[in-house]
Amino acid sequence: MPALVRILAKRLATSLVVLIGVSILIFAIARIIPGDPARIALGPNATADAVAVLRDKLHLNDSIVVQYGYFVSDLFHGDLGISLYTNRPVTRDIADFLPATLELVFVSGLMMVLLGIPLGVLSARYRGTWIDHTIRLVTLLGVSAPSFVWAVILMLLLAYFVPLFPVAGRLSDGSGFQPITGFLLFDTLARGNLHAFADALWHVILPAFALALSGIGQAARLVRSNMVETYNKPYIEMAEAYGFSARRIARRYAFRPSLIPSLTIIGLDFAAMLGNAFLVESVYAWPGLSKYGVAVILRKDLNAIVGTVLIISAMFLIVNIIVDLLVSVVNPRIRLSERPA
Amino acid sequence: MKKTLLILTRNPLSLLGLILVTIIVLAAVFADFITPFPEHVGAVVDFTNFNQPPHWPNIFGTDLVGRDLFTRVVYAYRVSLILAAVVLIIAVPIGVAIGLAAGYLGGWTEYVLMRITDIFLSIPPLVLAMSIMGLLEPTLTNGMIAVTAMWWPWYTRLVYSITRSEREEGYVLAAEVIGASKLHIMFREILPNCVPSIVTKMTLDFGFVILIASSLSFLGLGVQPPTPDLGSMVADGAKYLPDSWWLTVFPGLAILIAVFGFNLIGDALREILGGDQ
Repeated sequence: MPALVRILAKRLATSLVVLIGVSILIFAIARIIPGDPARIALGPNATADAVAVLRDKLHLNDSIVVQYGYFVSDLFHGDLGISLYTNRPVTRDIADFLPATLELVFVSGLMMVLLGIPLGVLSARYRGTWIDHTIRLVTLLGVSAPSFVWAVILMLLLAYFVPLFPVAGRLSDGSGFQPITGFLLFDTLARGNLHAFADALWHVILPAFALALSGIGQAARLVRSNMVETYNKPYIEMAEAYGFSARRIARRYAFRPSLIPSLTIIGLDFAAMLGNAFLVESVYAWPGLSKYGVAVILRKDLNAIVGTVLIISAMFLIVNIIVDLLVSVVNPRIRLSERPA
Repeated sequence: MKKTLLILTRNPLSLLGLILVTIIVLAAVFADFITPFPEHVGAVVDFTNFNQPPHWPNIFGTDLVGRDLFTRVVYAYRVSLILAAVVLIIAVPIGVAIGLAAGYLGGWTEYVLMRITDIFLSIPPLVLAMSIMGLLEPTLTNGMIAVTAMWWPWYTRLVYSITRSEREEGYVLAAEVIGASKLHIMFREILPNCVPSIVTKMTLDFGFVILIASSLSFLGLGVQPPTPDLGSMVADGAKYLPDSWWLTVFPGLAILIAVFGFNLIGDALREILGGDQ
């Protein structure tokens, strides 16, 4: 079996074990809380009968193991239950809100890779100079504040004081654009509406940058430290002795081997953005999962909480599998390990 | 220890970190004496002087019910520092013990413990803390529980990877040969070699726990009013941007400065002591 397929199979199996674990964990947390979820859902004025009916409907009278059994069998039918907050299937709520969040996280992740890695390379190549010191200080500042603080500061500076970007939302008012998938950057292009595409892009830049700042900092710091370590290896000295240009050494000899250990962590940071998106969305009134997530948490809407956490964790695992595969493609030691002799 | 401190004071950046952290800690400890209006920490109302931009004696301005913002920021530091200390004091020993056991004992113990760790690590940190916090009542104690629950796995990971490589070292084999118990080898032989990495990570994490805790309260899932909290101050003020900018900017910068200070020290420690990645 080719190495890549074997790695993929192994990763999928482990992820499945982890995902089952996540579902048990979050299910257990949701069921051991004090208070009756049915009573909370219906409010203090509901009759005891109504509460009893809802308890029965939610299987709350069965043991927790049986309840988990119901939950898993529903899950296999693509059913996460009804949200007590919106009275709609949880899967439909999530399908409505998730695209906006994913679009934000995706643009952010792109910024993290396209800005973070080059900054790290620059810092390592000019290590010890003022370029390096400046980049290190700026990236350290980037990781030192939660994304909601950056969101507020950027909004104040670039949307109010210097009004370059819009303050809130995904499209300008009255654009009248009808989305198809909910991924506006994709939908606008699919409809061939370049004006709406530019509008959507203009709206996503500021929130995405606020969300990306700590990731950019992490990525740059990581690439720098891995690359500085590589620069101390004997083969770099060898390459210098050959008289290769600094540019060539940086690119071919120092950067490539430093990228591999950095990629794994960058993948983790990317996944962490799924959580941090909650913070940025609430500042920019971004119609994603955040408002829904916080609302259902405050209302102790069990089905919706379990569903949201499960979906986010699944995304998180998928991102990590993709990163693992990327690492194996980039790393010749894995890619070539099972080549026939 | 003394030597480490000496090196820290020699580098301008880590010296800056030390100064920032010292000021914050002293301010939090002596908040009763240095703040102009200590009584504003509670549910005080002064509608003759509400929502004012920075002016003397309210150098950070006043909030929507007329309380001195500077006073509330300093007291919020106190709450944040206590929370971070408690979280780390509980989470670190748990994480370290599990990491040592998984790394040294191996076999099924390792598989089960590390998969459990993976499960915790595969829920985005903020989302895990949010769900725990939301399902419990939002109080300071529950905030500590929620953050602790998401924090220990990182120490398990760290100690596990060190233990795995130390397990084959000569000194461990020697201890095994003379019949030392497993507990002795784990805690008396291997653990001391993990300490520098743990100390570095704890310094960095002091800042990051403050950051996560403020994120929770920003979402309304943290410390409840009237207890001052940096995250909820930013959230409350964000509704009044851009006119009442001081309501968000000062608490926001307060978080940034604290986390930045701990990061500067942690970064320098990483270079002196090595470890953590």
